[in-house]
Amino acid sequence: MNNFKQLITNNIRKFGMIVALVGIVVIFQILTQGILLTPLNITNIIMQNSYVIILAIGMVLVIITGEIDLSVGSVAAFVGAIAGTLMITWELPVIPSIIISLLVGAVIGAWQGFWVAYVKVPAFIVTLAGMLLFRGLTMVVLNGRTLAPFPSNFRIMSSEFMPDLLNGGSYNMMAIIIGIFAIIVYVYSEFRARKIKAAFNQTELSYSLFLTKVILISVLIGLFTERLAVYAGIPYILMILVALIAGYTFFMSKTIPGRHVYAVGGNEKAARLSGVKSQKIKFWIYVNMGVLAALAGLVFSGRLNAATPQAGNLFELDAIAATVIGGASLTGGVGTAIGALIGALIMGVLNNGMSLLGVGIDWQQAIKGLVLLGAVAFDIINKKRNG
Amino acid sequence: MSNIILEMNNITKEFPGVKALDRVNFKVEKGEIHALVGENGAGKSTLMKVLSGVHPYGTYDGDIVFEGETCRFEEINQSEAKGIVIIHQELALIPELSVAENVFLGNERAKKGIINWGETTAETEKLIKKVGMRVNSTELIQNIGVGQQQLVEIAKALSKRVKLLILDEPTAALNEAESENLLRLLLEFKKEGLTSILISHKLKEVLKVSDHVTVLRDGQTIETLVNDDTLKEDRIISSMVGRSLANLFPERHATIGDIQLEVKDWTVEHAHLPGKKIANNVNFHVKKGEVLGIAGLMGAGRTELMMSIFGQSYGKVKSGQILKNNHVIDVSTVDKAIKQGLSYVSEDRKEYGLILDDTIKKNVTLANLTTLAKGMTIDEGKEVNVVEDYRNKLKIKAPSIEQNVVNLSGGNQQKVVLGKWMFTNPDILILDEPTRGIDVGAKNEIYKIMNTLAEEGKSIIVISSELPELLGTCDRIYTLNNGHITGDFMVDEADQEKLMTYMTADGSGKK
Ligand SMILES: Nc1ncnc2c1ncn2[C@@H]1O[C@H](COP(=O)(O)OP(=O)(O)OP(=O)(O)O)[C@@H](O)[C@H]1O
Ligand SMILES: [Mg+2]
Repeated sequence: MNNFKQLITNNIRKFGMIVALVGIVVIFQILTQGILLTPLNITNIIMQNSYVIILAIGMVLVIITGEIDLSVGSVAAFVGAIAGTLMITWELPVIPSIIISLLVGAVIGAWQGFWVAYVKVPAFIVTLAGMLLFRGLTMVVLNGRTLAPFPSNFRIMSSEFMPDLLNGGSYNMMAIIIGIFAIIVYVYSEFRARKIKAAFNQTELSYSLFLTKVILISVLIGLFTERLAVYAGIPYILMILVALIAGYTFFMSKTIPGRHVYAVGGNEKAARLSGVKSQKIKFWIYVNMGVLAALAGLVFSGRLNAATPQAGNLFELDAIAATVIGGASLTGGVGTAIGALIGALIMGVLNNGMSLLGVGIDWQQAIKGLVLLGAVAFDIINKKRNG
Repeated sequence: MSNIILEMNNITKEFPGVKALDRVNFKVEKGEIHALVGENGAGKSTLMKVLSGVHPYGTYDGDIVFEGETCRFEEINQSEAKGIVIIHQELALIPELSVAENVFLGNERAKKGIINWGETTAETEKLIKKVGMRVNSTELIQNIGVGQQQLVEIAKALSKRVKLLILDEPTAALNEAESENLLRLLLEFKKEGLTSILISHKLKEVLKVSDHVTVLRDGQTIETLVNDDTLKEDRIISSMVGRSLANLFPERHATIGDIQLEVKDWTVEHAHLPGKKIANNVNFHVKKGEVLGIAGLMGAGRTELMMSIFGQSYGKVKSGQILKNNHVIDVSTVDKAIKQGLSYVSEDRKEYGLILDDTIKKNVTLANLTTLAKGMTIDEGKEVNVVEDYRNKLKIKAPSIEQNVVNLSGGNQQKVVLGKWMFTNPDILILDEPTRGIDVGAKNEIYKIMNTLAEEGKSIIVISSELPELLGTCDRIYTLNNGHITGDFMVDEADQEKLMTYMTADGSGKK
């Protein structure tokens, strides 16, 4: 039992985040009299927050290196406008247009990364400039108008569901199969990780706690896919999100460049003296952010089925809030992709729940502001108490 | 007894996984200098943090009686109000502010919220004269040396009407002259009735100035010794480490080979002041199996010289060549320097050595992750084994290698940095003040490690402000002054006086 208490105090941030998410879900589930977790609404929450999650994944890397990116909303809008021009005005095929759009994102990232990493202009300034610059360019490209509609196959990525190849009738069998598959992969990887850790006495959970955790998460995955299956199955965007989260988590926790990212954010001078190429890392982190911002722009314009000058307004703040609620520290060196995901979901469920209850956009904003402040204050107070 | 100013009874303080203090008792008499000694991680700093309210009441067990009054400090202000002032192991000055601003920071001389600059300056001038500083009160902290900064801290303490002054390793970063000055100051204050607690690993100093010596080991009070003329270093050491330590400097059987590294005509300019030469036409070499010392006063350019060699981490290299085994090598970036077998252990572990909020494990492996690569990933099993190995070898005191280094004691942090660079398996290991803040037992371990590495044919370069350390560990010593090499001695021709003479000799090439 003592062991358990120790575990909680050591991981209070992680637990705090999950407890907060679960708590918010439960509260709104009760307040909305069960609408929150209906199959339709769950699907909606994922679709509506997909672009913020994508941005938050890029943002968490930027924040880990101790920098910031205020331009992602404008960049997303700009790339949306480029994609609209390519596909709607010039009628280019979809795949090349997507590739060009992502490349544009990469170039924008490289531009900002150059100023931040090599010229050492503070990131706040560089990306504040970028925010104005790319918002302006969006209006120039669109000439102040809205471009619509996109070709229908462009919208598969953002708004369509995977077809039910197995034809399960009212149940989407495809979703169920994928869910079961996901559980198997998850359970396998957990046991493997535990076995590796046990080999050098690094297991932190007792066996029963470990089992409880694995079973709980498996049940959650199961219930989640069941809900999706009842509605229309698994949206393509969910697969993209899962791939991104898994990929970035792997990159950040298992690879050498991933380790270097944390080192640069933790203490840049020490990292440099250890042979870490900090400038190169920062540069590539911005390139990466540019590409993800572009992807978010494509997903957003796909969902909206239009490229508009005002797209992506304030997305940067949602993304930053999500990463910070998810445990990233603005002083650098700390943060995870999963944390960013949970942070984005907390914000997303709050938005969605309040909308369902008919809370106006004005109060939604105000409450989100308080949640952000509360989350960070909780963290800091807690750190003080343990120090 | 009425002349007891401070009594700490049964203090117990736990951190997750560590019992830092275990029923510690500690008594200080009024007007004395009381030394607190013990190995790295013994709990000295923690005890003083408990006393000064850094660890607030409620986070520890036991009680504190100061001037006959039981104290429950919730924060530092409350202990300061009672006249207890602590100068921490890590200095807490603001580099961008002036001496005067720092002295009165948080304690501003003001009337109705408006700072009275006249009074501030006048009082600062008085205080800095008292502590024997030679700088102007308007000088910025970042422009003065560590020795002077330490004095600013003391001036700051004096400005608070201090009754009990706590100094946590005040001389660790000072050279001998500066240390002397500081200790003399303490003795003067003692005459005026001030009580001080001095934490130090330099037992000579302790013997010189203290009245009592309390020894902590593994979080427990071992004993309090009276410092009369009969007290000897050995006596304290055996109490600290629980056994006697025959010889601080392990015996050295050097087998010295060919020249391993040669630096030719090396000239480096200051990073921001073009024309200011930090290293001026420097030539030196180090052989295989040799332990080479670099002696010099603070500001002689020792650190800057070594950092410029290590991947041009300092200044702009204007001319010169570096040869390894008679071949010119490219060490223009840190990465290349590491690949060429160079390693540099910085004197400033907080700024340049460690990622404080990361674990011991990640810090140790950071500079050499490529050897742990397994495909695209880091081989975690191997990583754990490697780090556990260094933890044992260096006797790093921590509950696990997953502990963040910020929570380690100063000396143990130093060992982590050392482990990190040993893991890069260098041919030439440059150690900049490697034993700063390290206890005698650990010093001895580090010297032994230096010897072992040298025996393997590696070259060790040691920068140290402690001449006895250089004389006790090196085969050969260069003296450096003002960016010039002013002398080159085999260790048996050298002594402290001779080195001192050459360390202050003018560097125009004449001896
Ligand atoms: N904030 C903290 N969290 C966890 N452990 C801590 C913390 N502060 C200190 N410790 C642990 O408490 C023990 C005592 O540390 P302390 O800093 O008091 O040692 P010290 O005697 O001052 O050593 P040194 O001579 O190396 O400075 C060490 O094992 C250290 O790792
Ligand atoms: Mg200490």
